[in-house]
Amino acid sequence: MIESDPVGFIALLAAMSAAVYLTRAGGYWLIGRVTIGPRLRRMLNALPGAVIAATIAPILVQGGLRAVLAMGAAAGTMYLWRKDFAAVAAGVAAAAGAFALGL
Amino acid sequence: MDSEIEKPSAPRWTFAAFREGAVAALPILPGLAAFAMAYGIVAARKGLSLADALLMTGTVYAGLTQMVVLETWPSQITLSAGVGIVAITLLVNLRYVLIGTTLRPLLHTSPAYKVYPALYLLGEPNWLLSLRYHANGGRDPNFLVGTCAIMYIVWVLATIPGFWLGAAAGDPRRFGLDMVVPAFFVAMLVPMWKGPRRSLSWIVGGTAAVVVYMLFGGYWYVVAGALAGCIAGAFTDD
Repeated sequence: MIESDPVGFIALLAAMSAAVYLTRAGGYWLIGRVTIGPRLRRMLNALPGAVIAATIAPILVQGGLRAVLAMGAAAGTMYLWRKDFAAVAAGVAAAAGAFALGL
Repeated sequence: MDSEIEKPSAPRWTFAAFREGAVAALPILPGLAAFAMAYGIVAARKGLSLADALLMTGTVYAGLTQMVVLETWPSQITLSAGVGIVAITLLVNLRYVLIGTTLRPLLHTSPAYKVYPALYLLGEPNWLLSLRYHANGGRDPNFLVGTCAIMYIVWVLATIPGFWLGAAAGDPRRFGLDMVVPAFFVAMLVPMWKGPRRSLSWIVGGTAAVVVYMLFGGYWYVVAGALAGCIAGAFTDD
């Protein structure tokens, strides 16, 4: 898998690191030169939530009842206690329980 | 634009401020370590070696990106897979552009050769702590570097026990380990929830991702969903 292509792996990490750095330094560099309008600001604000939703939606649809139970447990725990560690633990426990029940 | 007239003399970067930053970041460390362990679990599950997992976490150093990318990790690194992964990386981290803009007041009086390396380890907690520090009258940019340094060390080290846990678990579904990332993402969404109308971008993004995933599979569904969601967000009033 990954070990069979160390050059590709390193090249990919370098490209990813460069992309992340571009965003970290880009805003600081940019603001000295242009202003960010309200529409662009709203777009950038919406991005993290949209990325997360886009990542988990297919898992939710594909994973069936077991995924629904796991994510529901995580959401409920987070809503009640606001501790992300507890939420992940609850989600994982629900998924393990569902697997044991054959779901 | 920086005005030469209002520019005060460049601040000193002192060790005292570095230490103050490191101490200010202490409350964040337990949650950060848990997140890094979750990354370690997922990396082991996806077949990365411990060295690969540490190399990724030490260079890319963007937790959310690493999780999303591993969730869509290809079995072979082709050019198209690489381009897809870099596109996801850019999208997930575009929010840093906003964060960077707000650091101008703290950093703009320092020379570029000091500021730009310091931005390499920037993350949300460092940003929030630095804004508060500046609002309370702090002016030494080494505060930011201090918060970054201690978080970086904990982040990289905590990956290791997570990796061992993931490697020892066998079938990930038995212990629910395949649900670590989804559960973590759901937990991140809960505090961001501000009513159904404000969350239109999630619904649009999630729906677009499912459709693209059903039609094409692969890894571009994250990019498609993120783009659709943030365009929807642009047309949603605050």
